[in-house]
Amino acid sequence: MTSFVEQFKRRAVQLTRDLRHRHLIQTALRKYEAVRDKTRGSFQDWQSARQAAAETKWEAVNHLDKYLVEFVGKLEARGTKVHWASTGGQARDIIFGIIRQKNARSIIKSKAMTSEEIHLNDALEEAGFEVVESDLGEFIVQLRKEAPYHIVFPAMHLSRGDISAVFARELGSAPTDNPEELTMIARRVLRNKYITADIGLTGANFAIAETGMISITENEGNARLTAALPKVVISLLGIEKILPRLEDLALFLPMLATSGTGQPLTCYNSLYGGPRQPGESDGPEEYHVVLLDNRRTELLADPEQRDALHCIRCGACLNVCPIFRNVGGHTYGTTYSGPIGSVITPHLRGLQDWKHLSYASSLCGACTETCPVKINLHHHLLQNRRNAARQKPSAIEHFAFKLFAFVINRPGCYAFVRGVARFAQKFHPLLKGKRLDPAYGWTRTRELPPIAEETFKEHWRKRKDARD
Amino acid sequence: MFHSMLMKVTLFIPCFVDLMFPKVGISMVQILEKLGHTVECPEQLACCGQPAFNSGYWQEARTVGVKVLEELQNAEVVVIASGSCGAMLKVFYTELFAGTPHTEAATKLATKCFEFSDFLVTKLGVTDLGARFPAKVTFHDGCHGLRELGNKKQARILLSKVQGLELIEMKEAEVCCGFGGTFATKFPMISTAMGEVKCASAEETGAEYIVSSDSSCLMHVQGLLDRKSYKLKTIHLAEVLAQS
Repeated sequence: MTSFVEQFKRRAVQLTRDLRHRHLIQTALRKYEAVRDKTRGSFQDWQSARQAAAETKWEAVNHLDKYLVEFVGKLEARGTKVHWASTGGQARDIIFGIIRQKNARSIIKSKAMTSEEIHLNDALEEAGFEVVESDLGEFIVQLRKEAPYHIVFPAMHLSRGDISAVFARELGSAPTDNPEELTMIARRVLRNKYITADIGLTGANFAIAETGMISITENEGNARLTAALPKVVISLLGIEKILPRLEDLALFLPMLATSGTGQPLTCYNSLYGGPRQPGESDGPEEYHVVLLDNRRTELLADPEQRDALHCIRCGACLNVCPIFRNVGGHTYGTTYSGPIGSVITPHLRGLQDWKHLSYASSLCGACTETCPVKINLHHHLLQNRRNAARQKPSAIEHFAFKLFAFVINRPGCYAFVRGVARFAQKFHPLLKGKRLDPAYGWTRTRELPPIAEETFKEHWRKRKDARD
Repeated sequence: MFHSMLMKVTLFIPCFVDLMFPKVGISMVQILEKLGHTVECPEQLACCGQPAFNSGYWQEARTVGVKVLEELQNAEVVVIASGSCGAMLKVFYTELFAGTPHTEAATKLATKCFEFSDFLVTKLGVTDLGARFPAKVTFHDGCHGLRELGNKKQARILLSKVQGLELIEMKEAEVCCGFGGTFATKFPMISTAMGEVKCASAEETGAEYIVSSDSSCLMHVQGLLDRKSYKLKTIHLAEVLAQS
């Protein structure tokens, strides 16, 4: 079995060579940046908004015990059945339990990264249920039997031609590269599914403690249909989705939209507070909320990186990340890709298996700079590296850095190593860029400057001697 | 008015500047001395320890860092010949030494550290060095200088006063060039792809030179340019400012 790091490297090699892919992603994200900047400009003060958002999430995450209880109490008072799941397996069991109890066969879903996290679709399909993603991007990647490419833009790696091809293959539609026609093809399939589905399954963008409501943000109206038409609706969400007050949405909805897509607000924003109440004409007969921990409480227990739970899954850090922009979303092999994925995946799925993602960063800090809730993302990558090396140091690296520290702190040793390197570099052209080259990692694609004939230190010493 | 405030400047020359780009350090000495300041370079120091720190080996980084703290404790002001090493001394040392007996020394050092261009513009208030460099250039913001130290304007102000120089901003000047220290050799494919994007943005401007405050970024970019036989050259800001 190849390890996760080898898979990552193999995919990274493939994708960085794929200039068409790089161009597609970079062009799309440059457009996003331009729109985002314009929308940010309509905030009175974007930096103060970030600060306020960070403080609100800090309050929520640091008082999760209180706010979760408040949230659940309010939901239950209106007849919602709330379930607590410690693990992905438990969450799946709870959802399966509801489905079986209702003798349901078909499930319509709106976008929920938490369901990706617990591999719900695979489990449902394996058990013989029909599950259909109703978000257009998710619908497309589901037809391609792929994971979402990006938290917010699941199908951003595909051209119209790619989408037309998968529709033709899976739905038998006539090829077209007209976006409206493509949307209509999906719409015809999906409208039918909403009506016939036994169960609707949604995620959540925010969970409002004060009112016991779930806030869902979307652009297609598919989540509304998913939550409104089936008789039974389930919402699956991570426990960190909490916001203390309803009025917090006044900041968070525009912030999520601005950071996520560059829109001032998304087209549809809905609040769900429970099943159909007496006297109401619509809404589900039964409403379930599944609260997922799945090792989030371990992150909560880490005061250094707890702020990673502030994340509102806007995807802004992915969009600006030069690593993401060159290797793409699938290369990570995780539910959450990009900087936030590299920070939290080691916590959610094991540090030693996923530490390579923290090393696969130039630590440029563009993620931290853009994060609307001010998560110190690139410093967390450094901390993950430190934790990984402390827990299980690589023997070679550990020795190398001990030697490094020894040499650096001893000017005589430093001068000796310099001399050796100067001698050795005479023979470097023989090996340069070849596999035997000790600097192969560098010289395969880049020239390496030689050690100067007179280094700065040598120059300085000479100058000093001349003056004395 | 600032010119009268003559100082004893301790210049910190990072390992790669010492070994591969001595002209950068020599240019800085030349500029600082021309302004009347006394320059000192501690010969005991060779590196800030960032390679170990960034790789997760904080104990080894501390071994190097402790010596830096000791050597620089009596310095009046420390000027660092790289944005990245500047960020290490000014920002990351406080994180590295948090909860150790050296916390105070690290915090104290942070207050007197300046990246070269920041020192000239912010601390000394000097913007015109009387330099002449007749060429079209574009400026690459090194990430650590830009985001850890918050230096965006300093280099541009200095360049705007250089005679004959035309600065043409590239698209995405703030996007990382892909160097990232050990990242460049651990994930060379990603590092190279990022560098290619940077070279393309720079070339699009029609500039002859890519200028930056960080020789490490430039080493990576120049390495790619040389391999691909571009005409574009890289040059450190200090070398531009020392031309007359």
